[in-house]
Amino acid sequence: MPLAPERVEEKLRERFPGVAFERQQGEAVRDFTLYLPADTLVEACRFLRDDPECAFAMLSWMGGADYLPRVPRFECVYSLLSLQRAARFTLKVRVPEEQPRVPSVVEVWPTANWHERETYDFYGITFTGHPDLTRILLPEDWLGWPLRKDSPLGYEEVAFTHNTPGRIKPSPALKKLAPKKVRYRAQ
Amino acid sequence: MTLNMGPQHPSTHGVLRVALELDGENVVACKPVIGYLHTGMEKQAEYKTYTQSIPQTDRMDYLSPMSNNLALCLSAEKLLGVQIPERVQAIRVLLTELTRISAHCVWLGTHAIDIGALTVFWYCFREREKVLSIYDMVCGARMTASYFRVGGLAMDIPEGFLERCDKFVREMPAHIDEYESLLTKNPIWIARTKNVAPLPAADAIAWGVTGPSLRGSGVKWDLRKAEPYSGYETYEFDVPVGSRGDAYDRFQVRVAEMRQSTKIARQAIDRIQQMGEKGEYRLRDFKYVLPPKEEVKTSMEALIHHFKIVAHGFFPPVGEAYLAIEAPKGELGFYFVSDGSARPWRMKIRSPSFVNLQALPVMVQGKLVADVIAAIGSIDIVLGEIDR
Amino acid sequence: MSDTSPQKPAAPTPFRTLAQAAPPRTPDLVMPTGPVSDEDRMRDELEKGILFTKVESVVNWARANAIWPLGFGLACCAIEMMAIAGPRFDVSRFGAEVFRGSPRQADLMIVAGRVSIKMAPVLRQLYDQMPDPKWVIAMGACSSCGGVFNNYAILQGVDKIVPVDVYVPGCPPRPEGLIHGIMKLQEKILSSKVELGPIPRKKRKGAA
Repeated sequence: MPLAPERVEEKLRERFPGVAFERQQGEAVRDFTLYLPADTLVEACRFLRDDPECAFAMLSWMGGADYLPRVPRFECVYSLLSLQRAARFTLKVRVPEEQPRVPSVVEVWPTANWHERETYDFYGITFTGHPDLTRILLPEDWLGWPLRKDSPLGYEEVAFTHNTPGRIKPSPALKKLAPKKVRYRAQ
Repeated sequence: MTLNMGPQHPSTHGVLRVALELDGENVVACKPVIGYLHTGMEKQAEYKTYTQSIPQTDRMDYLSPMSNNLALCLSAEKLLGVQIPERVQAIRVLLTELTRISAHCVWLGTHAIDIGALTVFWYCFREREKVLSIYDMVCGARMTASYFRVGGLAMDIPEGFLERCDKFVREMPAHIDEYESLLTKNPIWIARTKNVAPLPAADAIAWGVTGPSLRGSGVKWDLRKAEPYSGYETYEFDVPVGSRGDAYDRFQVRVAEMRQSTKIARQAIDRIQQMGEKGEYRLRDFKYVLPPKEEVKTSMEALIHHFKIVAHGFFPPVGEAYLAIEAPKGELGFYFVSDGSARPWRMKIRSPSFVNLQALPVMVQGKLVADVIAAIGSIDIVLGEIDR
Repeated sequence: MSDTSPQKPAAPTPFRTLAQAAPPRTPDLVMPTGPVSDEDRMRDELEKGILFTKVESVVNWARANAIWPLGFGLACCAIEMMAIAGPRFDVSRFGAEVFRGSPRQADLMIVAGRVSIKMAPVLRQLYDQMPDPKWVIAMGACSSCGGVFNNYAILQGVDKIVPVDVYVPGCPPRPEGLIHGIMKLQEKILSSKVELGPIPRKKRKGAA
């Protein structure tokens, strides 16, 4: 029998009573997503991994998102995969801007190592307990968090004549060589 | 001794840097350093519409461009909540399986070159040229196809396409036999890959490894069977699984996968032929998909929809979706967060090579330096996908 | 048939023997068997294979037809670069088959792919490690001008850090396009000036 996400939520609620779990609402939220507070994160993940009925042995991916005008600003998304039960489950943690710290789940799934480094690299969210939290995709001495919504795209203006100073004017000699404009004369 | 296998290296399949701590020839510690090809695709996707992000995905796993296109289109279609017509699904399956064959051909050629077997490279690239000329026929570009669109295909398949695919698919098993005759029982190949870089199944799952690397370790997990997409549940094919998790098993799994791909491709060709060589190639939901040009020229609603979609892009509902496909390298998934506008609020790419490469230190701990090369080759990484 | 003199056969017969048609005559000149004079000796030497040309032409010809590229594939263009080494678009016809692994042994750097900001110093270091004479081909749109990617992470054109000789457009350029670029580079090399340096003069006796 396939594992229903509601059953997983039920098991989490009975294992962690009193913790504020919240299901993400929205008609177009196509995957079952559960919000949980950051301090219960590691315990909940360990429970989901070790529980024989759920058996979420693999962390498929983990990422961040920036919802700038909204408070709290960031979110960390954890997508769990259970090979035995062929089921997925999504957990989310809300991360405030003033204290962007989330406990690291590296002890639960070693694969979270690089995912957390990438989220740190892009958003500046620190993961407490991470063995080696350094930049992974950008150069080590880069300043700033590029994927935040207030970081610019950093593109180079394409040089046209109207926005490049010091435009070279064609010399008068060239005008003599250019053919005269042919004007259309109605018959 | 610290040895740096720098970003420029003939065997690192791109710009990967591996910092090795050696004790003589044995590897004490191994740390892959990535980011030398970071392209900012996720940031750039927030400034482009969904359709404009499709060419970016070609440049991710550049050996299997149509797989990446498929992953993005399917994820966006899941977000929109639309159902794709069967003919489109069959064409997508056909092209994706040809892509898988071509990607595995390049993998085999480059892996063999790293180990020293140069001949296989020439043979594999000869077959790859045939797939590339099929791509060329269908969309105009050899590698960076961008042929799939959200809601269907960019254009219908041309005449002669099915014959060309059929001919290729009928000849391919003989070529795979050729590669096997060069490598499978070759004592040098066996000495270089058997019991080299082993990855036990529990480690593979803990490190998030997916794809042929996971199947080589004995775990029978294939997204085409477990979470079927694009009609895969209606095709008959097997999922090859290894036993020991070493480089030789991964090699055998991928070669067997090439054979299964030809099988799926033949079924897809038959299906398309039954449904007609020319037919519908897009969803008829004009809120999200461009209407056919003939209707744009005659019907007012179609014209307005065409204008809206071309000028602004389509507007998906506010929500999010994640969908993963079985790319040649593993589980490739796109996570879209939409705020109702034409540009995605967040596009996160779950790329298989990024996760698979993390398992490299586990595979080569305590082994010889030469095994590092075999290991990198057998994981099958593509830096474009790792660094995005 | 009645005329028996060998000099003038009376009536043309349908078949004539060689002796009748071209009777052997004593030659006018006797060919010598070996060189007779100094001039003859010099003519013999020349026929054995001495050329007269400019050093520049020979050096340029050698450099153009034996370009050794550095294996510097970064991204998707690298696959098309591998394809030119492949069986269909054989680049060894042009002498450029040997892709060297080390920059110290290469003379052409084909920047195949997008150059990210993290990779730029590495690229410059590799360019500096290549010995003279060296050339750079910017293959593809990303290395020519940033290509599809105009953002914080990609260098907008590799000519910001290394001097480029040939730009090959395309995304990726077809292998034939890259071979065309290599041929253009060969034309450039064949027409380039070779600095030979000052010609040493004989020291005069007693000069300081």
